[in-house]
Amino acid sequence: MTPLLRETASQTAGPYVHIGLAPKAAGFDIFANDFGPVLTTPETQGERITIEGKVYDGSGTPVRDVLLEIWQANAQGRYAHPADHQPGKPLDAAFRGWGRACSDFDTGVWSFDTIKPGSVAGRHGVAMAPHVNLWIVARGINIGLHTRIYFDDEAKANAADPVLNLVEWEVRRKTLIARREQRGDKTVHTFDVRLQGADETVFFDI
Amino acid sequence: MSEMILSAVPAAGPDDDYLMRDPTAHPPAFAPGYKTSALRSPRNALISLSQTLSEVTAPAFSADELGPLDGDLIRNYAKDGLPVGERTIVHGYVRDQLGRPVKNALVEVWQANASGRYRHKKDQYLGALDPNFGGCGRVLTDEHGHYVFRTIKPGPYPWRNRINDWRPAHIHFGISGSGWAQRLITQMYFEGDPLIATCPIIRTIPDEDQIRGLVAQLDMAATVPLDSRAFRFDIVLRGQRATWFENVLQSNPEGGQ
Repeated sequence: MTPLLRETASQTAGPYVHIGLAPKAAGFDIFANDFGPVLTTPETQGERITIEGKVYDGSGTPVRDVLLEIWQANAQGRYAHPADHQPGKPLDAAFRGWGRACSDFDTGVWSFDTIKPGSVAGRHGVAMAPHVNLWIVARGINIGLHTRIYFDDEAKANAADPVLNLVEWEVRRKTLIARREQRGDKTVHTFDVRLQGADETVFFDI
Repeated sequence: MSEMILSAVPAAGPDDDYLMRDPTAHPPAFAPGYKTSALRSPRNALISLSQTLSEVTAPAFSADELGPLDGDLIRNYAKDGLPVGERTIVHGYVRDQLGRPVKNALVEVWQANASGRYRHKKDQYLGALDPNFGGCGRVLTDEHGHYVFRTIKPGPYPWRNRINDWRPAHIHFGISGSGWAQRLITQMYFEGDPLIATCPIIRTIPDEDQIRGLVAQLDMAATVPLDSRAFRFDIVLRGQRATWFENVLQSNPEGGQ
């Protein structure tokens, strides 16, 4: 068999992940340019949304030292990456589609300011419902966890989504769907993650 | 078609999917010796999905997002002198599973100082903070997949797991490659450290070869005489599958494309 190199082993991000990936949260200023949780600028096209939530451990306690990254398409459903050749979906020069957030050390709440992504073509051209890819690391998590955030105001698209439909247990699909609410002029989608327990979030082997 | 078949190692296109991840290369989510994993490990099987654009794309980073000292931990937080400790260069190649260089990968590192103390508001260890050492840096790989940064060798430190557990000296690495499926966080250790044998976090990895892969080797050829020692640490990210006869990732049955 043609040999393949093995992927380098994962190790936990540990309790001090913020030093490396979000030093301001660790309590010091070192880089001129920090990677943060705001994905938009005034020029970004699309509906402004906040995605916020908590990550709960198996005891129901919020995990207060978690680090999360999101990756998403722009409002047209196009990823800012050379592999995306979907026709008729322009790039948005004011939107990279990537962000990084830490949970609050006291409350465990994390949030991203972004835009609602458009629908992206999945395999065989089957449209996927608008979604945001989420990756979670923390002390006690030995290998980063991948999941997807879908939106409850996209019920029709969600029902046809090929990835949601991979989840055999319908009752578990709801763990992937954020709840929309209006807070003044702010649209907030709440997405709580449960690492373990009865309502354990669906995580993907991508 | 013929020119594709002629090439021995196909050049992976950016729109090829990544090889299935081998779970035996990694620690399981629940590893009882590392106690914090008990309540933070999912118990359901991961749902395996066929990759889409969402998994094969990822953010690209550019040199102008990084500062000139971001890869020099000896100088990037120095206030009124140099940090205390062993001057150390760490370098290596980021490759994929087929041995191809991963260019322009973002490599982010963080670590304790020479006393084993992190500059973090949650670290209360007795080891002294060093006013001239921050403990984080970041670099991009070059066209050969090579990265290099300069730092102080971190110290070992005790941690609450069992009552007398110690972490070997280590540097945390976060690597962002060209696809979301390649995202990886790991830790690098130093050749010869006796604490490697008993560290509960290292022991979460069930495979000795995979553990050896995390141990950087002293690299005399890369040392700077009368200045710094060097350690070599190579990283392998997931490889991309060659798709000669199909590419269903985003083909459009209506004939779009």
